[in-house]
Amino acid sequence: MTSSPMATYQPERRALALIGGEATDANLRRYLHGIPGIDAVGLEARAADLGTRSIKTSSKRWAIDTIIGLIDLTTLEGADTPGKVRSLVAKALVPDPGDPGCPRVAAVCVYGDMVGAAVTALGSAHAAGGTQGAGVQRVHVAAVATAFPSGRASLAIKLADVRDAVAAGADEIDMVIDRGAFLAGRFGQVYDEIVAVKEACRRTDGTLAHLKVILETGELNTYDNVRRASWLAILAGGDFIKTSTGKVAPAATLPVTLSMLEVVRDWHRLTGVRIGVKPAGGIRTSKDAIKYLVTVAETVGEEWLTPHLFRFGASSLLNDVLLQRQKMTTGHYSGPDYVTID
Amino acid sequence: MKFLDYAPAPESQALLNLKSDYGLFINGEFTAGRGTPFQTINPATEQQIAMIATANETDVDDAVVAARHAYDGVWSRLSGSDRGKYLFRIARLVQERARELAVAETLDNGKPIKETRDVDIPLVAAWFFYYAGWADKLDHAGVGPNPASLGVAAQVIPWNFPLMMLAWKIAPALAAGNTVVLKPAETTSLTALLFAEILQQADLPAGVVNIITGDGSSGQALVNHAGVNKVAFTGSTSVGRAIARSVAGTDKRLSLELGGKGANIVFDDAPIDQAVEGIVRGIFFNQGHVCCAGSRLLVQESIHDDVIDRLKRRMQTLRLGDPLDKNTDIGAINSSEQLARIRELSELGQQEGAERWSADCVIPENGFWFAPTIFTNVTTSHRISRDEIFGPVLSVLTFRTPAEAVAKANNTPYGLSAGIWSDKGSRILAVADKLRAGVIWANTFNQFDPSSPFGGYKESGYGREGGRHGLAAYLKPAVRTGSRSIAAADHGASPVTKKSASASKKSASAEKAAK
Repeated sequence: MTSSPMATYQPERRALALIGGEATDANLRRYLHGIPGIDAVGLEARAADLGTRSIKTSSKRWAIDTIIGLIDLTTLEGADTPGKVRSLVAKALVPDPGDPGCPRVAAVCVYGDMVGAAVTALGSAHAAGGTQGAGVQRVHVAAVATAFPSGRASLAIKLADVRDAVAAGADEIDMVIDRGAFLAGRFGQVYDEIVAVKEACRRTDGTLAHLKVILETGELNTYDNVRRASWLAILAGGDFIKTSTGKVAPAATLPVTLSMLEVVRDWHRLTGVRIGVKPAGGIRTSKDAIKYLVTVAETVGEEWLTPHLFRFGASSLLNDVLLQRQKMTTGHYSGPDYVTID
Repeated sequence: MKFLDYAPAPESQALLNLKSDYGLFINGEFTAGRGTPFQTINPATEQQIAMIATANETDVDDAVVAARHAYDGVWSRLSGSDRGKYLFRIARLVQERARELAVAETLDNGKPIKETRDVDIPLVAAWFFYYAGWADKLDHAGVGPNPASLGVAAQVIPWNFPLMMLAWKIAPALAAGNTVVLKPAETTSLTALLFAEILQQADLPAGVVNIITGDGSSGQALVNHAGVNKVAFTGSTSVGRAIARSVAGTDKRLSLELGGKGANIVFDDAPIDQAVEGIVRGIFFNQGHVCCAGSRLLVQESIHDDVIDRLKRRMQTLRLGDPLDKNTDIGAINSSEQLARIRELSELGQQEGAERWSADCVIPENGFWFAPTIFTNVTTSHRISRDEIFGPVLSVLTFRTPAEAVAKANNTPYGLSAGIWSDKGSRILAVADKLRAGVIWANTFNQFDPSSPFGGYKESGYGREGGRHGLAAYLKPAVRTGSRSIAAADHGASPVTKKSASASKKSASAEKAAK
């Protein structure tokens, strides 16, 4: 594989150099269809094989704490209120009231209009503008945007949605790609939208909110599509690629996540740049989450197991992990009433 | 601590209830052998597991006589559905005792518990279930109506898949109505003897299966015994040749499943990550102790560097060590003799100018170990691309066109297995058509199923195991005596007025059988 070291971080120029021209449908199609295909049976067999790793004792303890620190604790309901968001934030900061040593989650993930409530509730623990010392883990605020979850709105509306969330203090934007355009082969449109959304992530001080690109793999249907969409999202400047909105079944699966991790690994081989991966939706148990950790560590390396490069988009996962954590500490299982509902 | 240094997760040995000494299993009972007992060791620790009896010629004779009595007196008179009941019972007992068998196999053979647990033992049960279903359907085995069993089958099996090879041999033989004397490999007798306990549990009539242990001379006495009707052997080509010589001129039926030097062909349009997995599975599964291993990687020159780079990265994640640990990918080499052979051929590879690369892994102090290794810059004339190494050593060659790939793949005295990796279905079919190998996998490798025939071309042997073909290897056309032959003749002469295809097929095969 050719490596093209770029002296400065210029994703746009690098992408165009790789594609070999402007980001037109034809050029992108040629590039994306030149990527080796995926054999579905083989991919699923590999994922199942990784799922048989037996993570015990000290490794399990480390895994449990790591999982908590990688969670984007999420509420994305039409019924969300500032009160619900405050409760979520409280849980994010103190996941287990019975154990102050329990780590915080990575971020809270909310709809755009709830960003203000989340920022306020986090106060000094908020990542941007927080005043707590370096030793304390700050919690990010992630906002879904771009007419989430369907993405069926004009570009102007999508960009306004993003700017609104960033202005309200969102550290991370979880956008959705236009799956309709992707499936129709309008790769250029998908690419341009991601580029535009990335620019809309720019804050007044010139810095950028982190951009997670949701592929909605359940609608892309094939692993080959997932792989192409992953490359497209990275070429266009996404910081993270994310499986799903959680509103479409199937959401995250281990084979889908594995295929995205392979893209991220190949991108790192090609450019030296590390892109994050976020499986979201459907991961509910510690056991499942540990399978994801194993898959990350054995595919891209365990240096990816940091909040900058890997997240779980989940809500109910946290309580199951907390129950496991209590079990490892006390030696016996408690029950659902020994963890808080948020 | 690094996460990838997974904490130990050893499988418990508490289920095992091993004896310190094991006798021969003859006529339904364990008896002391007349030869000098030998120890069976755990190749991962070199510790003794148990003492195993050695069968001398008299013991072999006892076993064959017991099998003959059981054949004449019981087994050949049972209905197919009754034979099937015993086989179903054995299959279920194997499942019930699966964990115990997996641990015992791992201890005795050195292969990782995840393989014995997920591959070997499930396949053993699957083989018995599959052939149990055949026992009362022998008319459809392809040798005509009312086919006859052969008699006493002498079966000699290797050490690489001890219990699985036993199942491949015993299940079809019993389903077809034969009785068996089986000799496991010297270094891996343990699970065959546990299997004998299962046969007792299943109340299999005495003498239907006899298991004799010992070294090569016990096996030699068995295949040379005048009382056996069928010899089935899986193992090295040199021993297979000797057996073929000794059986020549007798009326013993013979099937041989011998060595291989399988080509794993990766085209430039292959699903690359899955191909890398397939390469790993092809050569590092069971430490490469697989007769159908993909030990020659033929990779299209245009993607050679990328594939090798990915393969090396992947190999760095292979975990070598305690075979009983559930996270171990690469276990111990089965014996010091085998380790010596792998080392010798690998050193030869270096001397011949091939480039050697091994994954970084800590080699345990005791036991027999060999790090997963690949050789690049290998040419077709190198010994490591011609000789079967039977270890975790891959030889990488390149090709430029499909024609060259086929020519190189076929350029071996063996012909057991091959793999093809391509996203283009028409290419897979076209290439598979031209490969001279008994088993060809497309976009996968080392997959086994009881319904699929398995066997080789050329020096990889003859005869097929598995599927209907594997059953037919233990059957002969109906014996033309008494009322049975009249029935068959009637059938064959019946006018083709019956419209069903199966009826006309049946009569056609009956005519063929009558010739």
